[in-house]
Amino acid sequence: MLTEQLLSIGLNHFLTISAILFGLGMFAVMTRKNAIVILMGVELILNAANINFLTFSKYNGSMDGVMFSLFVIVLAAAEAAVALAIVINIFKTFKTVDVSRVDTMKE
Amino acid sequence: MNQLTIAIIFYIFAAVTVLSAAFVVFSKNIIYSAFSLLFTFFGVAALYVFLSADFIAVTQVVVYVGGILVLLLFGVMFTNTIMQTELKADVLHVVPGVLLTLALIGGLLFAFYNASAAGSWMPGMMQLQGSVVERIGFETMSRYMLPFEMVSIVLLVALLGAAFLARYDKAHKKEH
Repeated sequence: MLTEQLLSIGLNHFLTISAILFGLGMFAVMTRKNAIVILMGVELILNAANINFLTFSKYNGSMDGVMFSLFVIVLAAAEAAVALAIVINIFKTFKTVDVSRVDTMKE
Repeated sequence: MNQLTIAIIFYIFAAVTVLSAAFVVFSKNIIYSAFSLLFTFFGVAALYVFLSADFIAVTQVVVYVGGILVLLLFGVMFTNTIMQTELKADVLHVVPGVLLTLALIGGLLFAFYNASAAGSWMPGMMQLQGSVVERIGFETMSRYMLPFEMVSIVLLVALLGAAFLARYDKAHKKEH
């Protein structure tokens, strides 16, 4: 029974991978100090969301998830470009990309 | 291909994806993280092929590996001088982070498995088969026409804004 479940690749396999990727991305966003690693975590989260979209799209037989994941990829590209421009500006201003040291507005 | 071969290939790609993603997150060296992200993106692209979304897989390789990863590497090289050994990235709040992450993954998996065990969702009669390239073309030019055009404008504006932001400093100095 268990080996049969492990061998027939289905919905739950992909959902498991996406849950793990999402958790790892959240971990990077929560604990890392370097702004670029935080961006990498965001990319992992977006990829996890994309896997979910495509999984449900395949097993539902509709094209909605496929189209949505295309738009997610496009918006991820835009997000990465803008975020890196911001990071470069932070580096110019503070001479560091450590987000815990960027605290001028805190005072 | 029989079921066993497909399962073995799937597990190989799943392992590549998850392990390299873990390396991205836990590695102390940012350059290693960036290069490990390459394998994650390729693994995810391979998983997309399993989901019969071949066009999305190719897009993933072109956009993520060819665009976003190069941008991230550029950012790493730009903001850390290689000579100084401060390529290390510290972490903060590790224990709460690990606990929250484990709770998150556990909660998600519990929800997924419970829903599928209770029969709340089950595979539909009509699953996507084969290539979806042709259907993507039809959908883009019919139902998703407006979002397609909007996303193109968003991309144009965002890239222009990013280019402006990245060289803002230079223009600012000239004014004074």
